Amino acid sequence: MVPWSDIVHSSWPKIAQILAVLAIFFGFYGIAFAAGARIKGKKQNGLALSLFLAPALILAMTGLGIPAIQTFLESFKNANSSQWVGLANYTRAVKDPDIRAAFYNTIAWVAICPVIVTSLGLTLATMLNKMKREALAKSLIFMPMAISFVGGSLIWNMMYQYEEPNMPQRGLVGQIMVWLHIPLQHLILWSPWNNLFLMVVYIWGFTGFGMVILSAAIKNIPTDIEEAAQLDGATGVTLFRTITVPMVKTTIIVVLTTAMVGTLKLFDVIHTMTGGNFKTDVLSNRMVDENFVYLNYGRGATLAVLIFLGVLPITYYNIRSLRAERKHS
Amino acid sequence: MATLTLKKKNTTVPAPHSSRPFTSPIASAVVTVIALLWTVPTFGLVVTSFRKKEDIQSTGWWSAFTNPHFTLDNFRAVLSSGNAGIGTQGMIPFAINSLAITIPAVVLSVGFGLMAAYALAWIPFRFSDQVFYGLFALQGVPLQLSLLPLLTFFATGVQLFGHTIIPPLHVVGTIAAVWLPHAMFGMPLVVYLLHNFVSTLPRELMEAARVDGANHFEVFRRIVLPLSLPAVASIAIFQFLWIWNDLLVALVFAGGTDDVAPLTLHLANLGGNLGSHWENVAPAAIFSIIIPLIVFFSLQRYFVRGLLAGSVK
Repeated sequence: MVPWSDIVHSSWPKIAQILAVLAIFFGFYGIAFAAGARIKGKKQNGLALSLFLAPALILAMTGLGIPAIQTFLESFKNANSSQWVGLANYTRAVKDPDIRAAFYNTIAWVAICPVIVTSLGLTLATMLNKMKREALAKSLIFMPMAISFVGGSLIWNMMYQYEEPNMPQRGLVGQIMVWLHIPLQHLILWSPWNNLFLMVVYIWGFTGFGMVILSAAIKNIPTDIEEAAQLDGATGVTLFRTITVPMVKTTIIVVLTTAMVGTLKLFDVIHTMTGGNFKTDVLSNRMVDENFVYLNYGRGATLAVLIFLGVLPITYYNIRSLRAERKHS
Repeated sequence: MATLTLKKKNTTVPAPHSSRPFTSPIASAVVTVIALLWTVPTFGLVVTSFRKKEDIQSTGWWSAFTNPHFTLDNFRAVLSSGNAGIGTQGMIPFAINSLAITIPAVVLSVGFGLMAAYALAWIPFRFSDQVFYGLFALQGVPLQLSLLPLLTFFATGVQLFGHTIIPPLHVVGTIAAVWLPHAMFGMPLVVYLLHNFVSTLPRELMEAARVDGANHFEVFRRIVLPLSLPAVASIAIFQFLWIWNDLLVALVFAGGTDDVAPLTLHLANLGGNLGSHWENVAPAAIFSIIIPLIVFFSLQRYFVRGLLAGSVK
């Protein structure tokens, strides 16, 4: 074990830095609030606005707003951003077989994962509702949410570990295949099915999210509606189809769109499990590789813009429903 | 929906258990199987981390039940110096990096976020709606779009026609280069979720305080802050887990040095370098998920509430 004194010695600047950030933040606003409380009348509106709202806006614009515009412009420039190249990066992206493969994989991810996560989450939420030991089962299924996708990927790498057929298996999936007399496969190399095995990691990590949110929505359904339907003779699947699903429709869409955006941007699982090799690359991972491995900023930016275009319809839809909601309230 | 809500209301209630669709032994069986499927992989990791190196390299973790030999050596190894791939001081410095990234990012994003949420909900000004929608729209910007320009901004500042408008921030290679982007990227979501909460506080309360002569600073400190603490706690936990578990931002902004790399980045590198050397990877993975798991299980109720703010009406 490394002596604590060594660790404290080397980490001290970082700990000091945490304390400094906290001291500056709370110190500044402590003083600002003490002073601000004395100001009366109209003047305080402007002061309050600039102290309350400006920092958040500046951070959001510096971090997201302005860089997004820059990246958009970059995507029309060459590898080191010295020349305008028009749509060359985009046509190149369409023609490049590797990027095209990454594009198809991304589509597969977005088409498959959100639907599974949402429908599995809805099924679990409905089944678990008022079941014995509901809380325990929920905690277990929800637990992977607290584990990073890096950790999850390593856990599943271990599950998928390949050994020669005549060797004792070390991966549980391999062992189960042996028990069931299914011919062994190197799951991570087995294209195109390996994409599905990577998706398992995401589904494992994210189903709990869908379940918890949908479960809360199901518990919000007024009991008299359910009872009325039951008096009309609805049970089991009919009750689920005619009452549960329509009543939580909004929440289903929330879970579905969140998962869609999540899979479009997903990077960790691919980077950790295959690094984009064995025909498992996706746009988000490819983008990082273009920027930091091939050092082609123009093409990296192009891929980022493509991801943005994928998210755009969802953002548009969300803003529209938010406006409708704000007008109602 | 509307047709259903108007049907018979105050009729006799049927036995409560019949209000569960899909309640049957089959449902219990399905749920049990899924709960097991979801737990077994993590359980396997835990068992592996306590097994002896020779056992890990020759058999699967389930053989530990028939042939139990456990040891703490693997954990000792990842906390010691000079181990292949682990780093010169073991895993603990990476955990401190994770904390040094997560704490400032969470405090700043939630702190500034709460004040912005109050401003957007309760300080009337022109363009209030536009600012709100604009901020919400930024949620739709994938952070992939902003990685490189932000990195360049940190390194060179802003130059226009040869003049330096904003000087370089001198954060590149420091831990601030990692937490600052997190605070920025989290802002739209935090403001949106807190705005959902703050805007539902009773108007009478605010107006009563106003009549007593309180200005925005006092209203915020005396009314909004205490009332929002549960919402703030839940969103802070949510942010904590999300930043702690991040890989992409760390990979881009930590600049490839171990000095500021958080646990996730280090773990991803370990997984790449050590491959199936589970005697090193398993305890390292446990080490990296132990803090988020403690946070999650002890504060689960708040965490779930944070997820729900904004998605269930």
